[in-house]
Amino acid sequence: MSRIPLPYNPKVLDLFRNPKNLGKMEDATVVAVAGNPACGDMVTFYLKITDKDVIEKATFESYGCAANIATSSIVTEMVKGLTVESAWKDITWKKVTDEVGGLPAIKFHCGVLAVGALKRAIRMYFEKKGNPPTWLPAEHTFEEKQALEEEELAKTLAKRLKVEEEKKSP
Amino acid sequence: MVENVRELLKLHEGIKHEVYLDNENSTILPQEVLDAMLPYFNKKAFGNPTLTHKPGWEAFNAIMEASLRISQSVGAKNLEEINFTPGESEANNLALMGAAAANPTKGKKVVISEIEPINVLNVTDLMKKQGYTTVKVPVSKEEGVLDLEKLKEAVDKETALVSIHLVNSEIGTIQPIKEAAAIVKDRNPQALFHTDACDAYGRIPFNVQDLKVDMATLSSFKILGPRGTAALYIREGVNVERIVEGPIGTQKLWPGIENTPLIMGFAKASEMAFGNFDANVAKMRSIRDKLVDGIFAKMTDITLNGTKGTKRSPDNANISFRRCEGEALTIELSLKGVYVSSGSACSRRLLQPSHVLVAIGRHFSEAHGSILMKVTRYHTEEDINHVLDVLPSSVERIRGIVGSTGVD
Repeated sequence: MSRIPLPYNPKVLDLFRNPKNLGKMEDATVVAVAGNPACGDMVTFYLKITDKDVIEKATFESYGCAANIATSSIVTEMVKGLTVESAWKDITWKKVTDEVGGLPAIKFHCGVLAVGALKRAIRMYFEKKGNPPTWLPAEHTFEEKQALEEEELAKTLAKRLKVEEEKKSP
Repeated sequence: MVENVRELLKLHEGIKHEVYLDNENSTILPQEVLDAMLPYFNKKAFGNPTLTHKPGWEAFNAIMEASLRISQSVGAKNLEEINFTPGESEANNLALMGAAAANPTKGKKVVISEIEPINVLNVTDLMKKQGYTTVKVPVSKEEGVLDLEKLKEAVDKETALVSIHLVNSEIGTIQPIKEAAAIVKDRNPQALFHTDACDAYGRIPFNVQDLKVDMATLSSFKILGPRGTAALYIREGVNVERIVEGPIGTQKLWPGIENTPLIMGFAKASEMAFGNFDANVAKMRSIRDKLVDGIFAKMTDITLNGTKGTKRSPDNANISFRRCEGEALTIELSLKGVYVSSGSACSRRLLQPSHVLVAIGRHFSEAHGSILMKVTRYHTEEDINHVLDVLPSSVERIRGIVGSTGVD
């Protein structure tokens, strides 16, 4: 098995042990999922957004590693009270990674995924609401692309393994 | 990064009971093995075994005694058939690449199973560059037993090498290697048969002459010897070339000065594993069964990976905890003094779940929450009770974080 050392920092460990804003939100305005367990992590974000486009509350569930749990947890704290516009503009994977005190290189994608889910949730919010604001780009952000890429990879992997399975059967 | 690790270690201070179950990835050396090694660092046999003086001859003598002990443990014909290498990966590289290099007329096809250890998979990938093709023979779903019919179809006149492990390191399945070797030789008497026997050594009885294999990789650390040494059994008459060049000593196939202390530790570990083989195996089996039965009695939504009963290595327990991510669980358990590893994509460099678990038909989500535990003869009932105490609450906490995400 190929392994590499994962020296998580104390902040990541602390958030892993005591995640904030954990769990399903029954009255969420919007719910977004990103990732796939085939390639690593999967995360669900629940956002409660007011009429004035302010994120009142964010919660998460993570089917992922310590890095994903920690970054998802910190994103829910960072976005609380922000307008969706500033959440979209200010919350980047780099900022989130810095906020948890850095991640081992191989785990960067876990932080990216948390932000990918957030951006996806904001995009869904405006899809539901209609009339998307001008600051919302039509093109996917880096984090959304990463989430998509990971999901595509999972699909390819599933397909490849299934193809092999068919070949095997007489 | 170093500071992070120090902080991580601080979090472990005050742990009262520690149970090390990650014997797949590294092991604890018994005191007797360490004691057997120490004199060879500074009291005796510290010379180069190829040189003409007393410390050299002592080293030569010690290494030959170690070779003899290890050759006897697997029923080899003579001690010259044992070749020490600096590790299991090196032995597997030597077996495949060295045999291919020494037998260029034998064809350009390598046949392996789809659940070979990563180092064999990596070597066959590398050999593609030298024009070799690899055929992967499937294993049965659930149990992970080699499909002998498919092996028969895969081996032909072009087949130079076949490499199939004797016991799978992840799920503990014992492979029908005697039958496999007979099929291979029947299909193509020129083809060479190698088996990675690292996980079989010291766990199931086997004899290389009875199995009729041409080469077998034997691990030191997996029988609680030191890391940094291993052996490749090569049947007398089988041609294998060096794959690393340098000054040659007693080990014709691996250059450099022999590491006598490590080799002596390996021999001592072998003596301890085989001196009391039946009792050791019975102890492993009873501890492993207590662990697995205990987990199944206490927990739900779990699956045993691999087969039950006599087709499974006595030390191996591999369980998938559904709705739980494996790497997160290894950390949670570590903070409670229980050390295990996971087949989760998250805990691996490749960002793919364990190829073994996928091959036996496990869903990605099951591989995602799989935990590998290997017991040794030194584990006690108290150790297992401790694991059974902390495991359910640890899994429940991680499941609490997962919630309803990604449940299929």
